[in-house]
Parts: sequence; C-alpha cells; structure tokens
Amino acid sequence: MLIWIALIGLVLFSLAAYSAGRRKVLRAAGGRTRVLHSLPGYYGAYVALWAAAPAAILLILVSMLGGQIEEAALRADPPAAVAALPDSSQDVFYNDVVATVSDGQVSQTEYAGALGEAFGAKLVEASEIHRNLVAATLAAALALALAGAAFAWPKVSAGFAARPNVERWIAALFLICSIVAVLTTVGIVASLVWESWRFFQAVPIFEFLFGLTWDPQIAIRADQVASSGAFGAVPLFMGTFLIMMIAMTVAAPVGLFAAIYLSEYAGRTTRAVVKPLLEVLAGIPTVVYGFFAALTVGPLFRGFFNGLGAQLLGGPLDGVGLYLMQVQNQMALVAGAVMGIMLIPFVSSLSDDIINAVPQSLRDGSLAMGATRSETIGRVIMPAALPGVMGALLLAVSRAVGETMIVTMAAGLQARATFNPLDTVTTVTVQIVTLLTGDQEFDSPKTLSAFGLGLTLFVITLVLNIVALQIVQRYREQYD
Amino acid sequence: MTRQRDDAHALGGSTTTPRAGRAGPKVSATDISVFYGEKQALFDVSLDMPDRAVTALIGPSGCGKSTFLRCINRMNDTIPGARVEGRIILDDEDINDRGVDPVLLRARVGMVFQKPNPFPKSIFENVAYGPRIHGFASTKNELADIVESSLKRAGLWTEVADRLQAPGTSLSGGQQQRLVIARAIAVSPEVILMDEPCSALDPIATAKIEELIDDLRSQYCIVIVTHSMAQAARVSQRTAFFHMGTVVESGATDEIFTNPRDTRTQDYITGRFG
Repeated sequence: MLIWIALIGLVLFSLAAYSAGRRKVLRAAGGRTRVLHSLPGYYGAYVALWAAAPAAILLILVSMLGGQIEEAALRADPPAAVAALPDSSQDVFYNDVVATVSDGQVSQTEYAGALGEAFGAKLVEASEIHRNLVAATLAAALALALAGAAFAWPKVSAGFAARPNVERWIAALFLICSIVAVLTTVGIVASLVWESWRFFQAVPIFEFLFGLTWDPQIAIRADQVASSGAFGAVPLFMGTFLIMMIAMTVAAPVGLFAAIYLSEYAGRTTRAVVKPLLEVLAGIPTVVYGFFAALTVGPLFRGFFNGLGAQLLGGPLDGVGLYLMQVQNQMALVAGAVMGIMLIPFVSSLSDDIINAVPQSLRDGSLAMGATRSETIGRVIMPAALPGVMGALLLAVSRAVGETMIVTMAAGLQARATFNPLDTVTTVTVQIVTLLTGDQEFDSPKTLSAFGLGLTLFVITLVLNIVALQIVQRYREQYD
Repeated sequence: MTRQRDDAHALGGSTTTPRAGRAGPKVSATDISVFYGEKQALFDVSLDMPDRAVTALIGPSGCGKSTFLRCINRMNDTIPGARVEGRIILDDEDINDRGVDPVLLRARVGMVFQKPNPFPKSIFENVAYGPRIHGFASTKNELADIVESSLKRAGLWTEVADRLQAPGTSLSGGQQQRLVIARAIAVSPEVILMDEPCSALDPIATAKIEELIDDLRSQYCIVIVTHSMAQAARVSQRTAFFHMGTVVESGATDEIFTNPRDTRTQDYITGRFG
C-alpha cells in the first residue's frame, strides 16, 4: 500500500523534475530555443526519466517480489517446534503467519503449546520484517530518485544532446514490453514441456503417440479399486482430424468463393453491406456456435438421418437404415459443419485480402485480351493468389484443430478411432478440458496427460502456422 | 470468329496478307464523353484513326488521352461508375451497341499497358493465353506455331526460344513489354492500343519497342498514348493533341509538329507547358 503511495509521490517528483529541467535549459539559452540542441521538453523529460525510472523499477520489483522476500526471511530461522513438522505442514504454518499479518485474517488452525508460542513469535517477526522491508524500499527509492535527478541535473545545458538520450529511454521501454511478451511465451512452453516430461515418465511416449485406446480413468485415491488408464492418443487425433476435415470441407469452398465474389464481382454497395455482415459472423463467441450446434443443428441432422433410416428400413439397405435410426444428436458432422460456418469469415476475409493484393494490371491485362471475368479469375488471379490462399487455409486448419467449445458441446465425449462422421467423437482440446475441470490432483498421469496433449497440439499448430506464414510471406514478396 | 481464325493463319506466314481494302478510317470516334461518377473526363471528342498507321495521342497528364484509349476496347466498362457517351465505329459497327460483346471486341482490339504486366506463368503460356481462351488452336502444334510466330513478330523469339518455360516475370522490363505485345498479337487483333508502352523502359528498350511498332504498322491500326514528343514524331503518322478532355488539334504528324494551327499545341510541343 505504502509502495503505491510512494509511486504517486514519484510521479509528482518527476513532474517537478520535468519542469525544473525545462526551465533550467531555457534560462541557459536565454529564451532563444534555436541555440538549444533539442527542444526544451526533451531536457525536462531527460531529468524526469532519470529521477523517476530507476526508483519506479525498484518499487515495482519490490511490490511483485516482496511477498517472497518476506517469506524467505521468515523461514530463515525456524523454531524447533516448527522444524519438527513435515514439509507440507510447515508450508501451512507459514502461510497462516503471512495471512494473519498481511491480510488480518484469523488463522483457521489453532496452534497450541510450543507451536503456539512459535506462531506468536513468528507473527511479531513477520510484521517486523514487513515494516523493515517497506522502510528499506522507500528509503532506497528516495535515494535512487534523488541520485538520478542529481546525475541528470548537471548535464542539462544548451549543448547537451537530450533528444537522442530520451529516445534511448523510449527504445528501452519498447524493448522491455517485447521481452515481457517473449518471456511469457517461453514460460508457457517451458511449463508445458516440463509437465509433459513428467507425464511421459509415467506413460511411455510411444504408447501415447501410437496407442489406440484412450481411457484416462485412473485410481485417484489409493484405496480405490485400481483401474489403470489407457493413454493412447490416436483416437483423439483421429477425432480432431475428422472434425477439422469436415469443417474445412464447409469453410474452404464457401469462404473462398465468397471472397472471390466480394473482390471480383460485387459492386461497391454490395461489398459495403456483405463484408461487414460476414465479419459479424467472426464476432460471434464460439460458445454461441456451440449451443447453436448442440440445440439446433444436432437435432436437425438427427431428424434427417433418423427419417432417412426409417425409409430404408426393410429394403435392401436395411442394415444401413437400422444404423441411421440410431444416430444421435451429437456427432462429428454437426460439430464439423458448425465449425466450418465459424471459419467462413476467417477464410473469406484472409482470401479477400490476398486476392485484392493481386495487381490490377494483371486483371486489366487478361480482360484486355478478351477474357471473361471468370476466365480471368480461373486462369490468372487464382493461380497468382494460390500460395496465399493456401496459407490462409492452413491458418484456418490450425484454428479448427485448436477449437474447443463447439466440439465439447456438439461432438460427444467418446474417444473412438473412427472416420465415420455420424459417430460421436472427441478431440484433443475437448479431452484437455475434461481432464482439467473439477477438482484434480496435479500429479496423477490422468491430469498430466492434458499437458502431453497440449504439447502435441502446440507442436502441430506451431508447425502449421509456420508453414502457413512462410507461404503467405513468399507470396507477398512476389508483388511488393 | 472464323475470320479471325483465318487471320491467325495468315499472321503465321511471313508475307503480309492485306485485309479487304477499306476506304475511310479503321476506327472512328464521334462526340465521345466519359464520366467517372460526377466528374467528366472527356468532352465530345471526335477522332479518326486510319488502318495500317500509327496514331499518337499526346497531351499533358490528366488530359484524357488514356481515358479515350480505354474507350476503344471498352476497358472503361470495368471501372465502377464510369460512363461513356458517343459513338465509336470499328469498321462498320458501333462498338457500344447493345449487341456487341465487350469480350469479343477486346479480342479484335488488343491493348498494351504502361507497365509490363506478364501473367505469373511461363513465357509460352503468356503468349498462348489469348489463343487458348478464344480457341484459336485445335492442336498443340498449332498453338506452338502461333506462339512462335507471335514472339517472332514481337522481336523476342531469338532471346527466349531456348527458355519458353521460364516465368514471364523473369525477363527484363523491355523484354516483358515485348512479351506483352506478343501476347496481344497472338489473338491477331485488328487494332492495337498502347498506353505509354515505353514509359517504364530505358532508352535502348524503348528504341526496340519503337522499331517493333514501326514493323507492326504495316498490318494493324495502332493507337499509342505517349508523353514523349520525340516518340510521337518518330513512330506516328497521325497525331492528336489532347488538352483538358478535348482534342485541340489532330492531323498528319508532320503537319502538327512543323506547323501547328493552335497556339496551345505549339506551346505544348515546344515544351512551354505540359
């Protein structure tokens, strides 16, 4: 809390430093800004940055890491009674201490005897550590702010190159932001790899990648009747692939042809209406598509197939009829079709951009040869746009592979190794959701398998994206 | 279509087979006005363009010469909001007649653009494009013959004969422009429109194109838009001077350059404005 107040103080201090720096250089220039190396504002900003930035970095670091520092200090010298406890109980003990001191909570556990004494002592120690840390931080921040200002102040003179200096600070700011983004990604990948490694210690990677049975039910408690799970991911990847193929069968032609219509045939007014409407489709949350699939499309398809089955019953295709009669609401076809609808605007707006990037001169050239519009599209524009369109389709594939919500709601949950679109199937993403929702223990192979799936999925979509972007890139270079 | 197919064969030979002799101009434009939306770009332009001759359209930028050129093969139809009024007679036919299919018209009136625009296909396929879509060749050999003779007439054959499968975009700018001319010739048009065909080329490539235009003159009605006075004087037999959407003066090139009637023409060709 105090640290945030200190940050506000720091802002005020830097504002003062800004105006002081500005005034100083103006005075030095005698009011003639032409003799200055940089605009007066840059001198102010230079002083302000030196006054505020180092201290602000310190304050932010302490507010982020302060808790850990305090706890480390608290644990440095454990009383005998606490040291005797098992590790997990020690954690609870220290957590209670910190919670009592910082948030004013009353501990849920009653500590009695030697432990109670230790608890009391640690309470006092913890609040002392906290006070000391805050005081030390504030003092250090103040010192840094003053030192920074003192460092920058003498440099402010008419000939000083303040502008490039400020520019360097700004470049550093952007650099830090990009580093944060990159580090976050690295962190996510690292945790994925780490947890997957733990999973692959329990389940051999070969069995995971090539096993044909997916049944992750495993004994959670030791006293449960043990049923060892099966972790063969092939049915999941087959399900994912099946649904992706159905989705692309819908999205690729419809999206592509819509893009061709929009960029080659539609007049300006039609385009102005149709394009935003298509983009509305892209704005619908996937969960809405999900219940559209589950509640509207699913029953519709089921009714159709059941009716068809009833017609076939008793005829030469009796067996097929019987099968169709048993088709349920949830099937790969429903999830795939709705996912395809979801991907239409994605495919069409990417392809539209790519087709528009084909130079007008090629269109004119072909038309001037006496080619019709569709001949021009088929023989000149599409061949020219093909690499880019392929890239767009691959990006759509990688979205289809990663899509979760629609499949969860409309495809069922059974892991079956099938390519029959009327079967219920499940996908990698759906399994990850099912494995990790609810109360779970995070060291059983069952939950860890989610990381294995996640890592595999990540690798697949990463490769797809890299290939797709490469293709799009190469296509762009051709014309720019 | 049959007539053109016969022409295609005629073009394959080295001798020039004259088309049925015809009195009067090949293309005759009367009172052409063009509007882009609300803006009027051409005002009642009338101009005759004779067969077997080069007509040069000169004038300062934005004077409407390219717009006029694009009327002759109805390329203005492809621009949303463009409207053309007036009559353009090709042979005996008004090309803006309801019954005229612009697609077939463009097979008779070829066009070469300012920037070379070969399709992203092989050299062979670029030239074969027109004959393919119009069904001019019934066998592969016939198609190869058309491609070869068109490339020869465009003066490109010796340079590309050994790499017909290389992409058209791999050629130099001047070669690309000659490739595009070969592509236009391949459908044996009667009129060839050229919209500043040399403005993106260096002087040597320009000289080659001008030589080519001079060769082609004996068989086609050529209309060329150019910014270069010298080029107009070198390649054309007739010249029309456009200014602010109207034709100020037109006539024999020698006449226009040596003895212009209008002071604006004189000012422009002597470099006082433009």
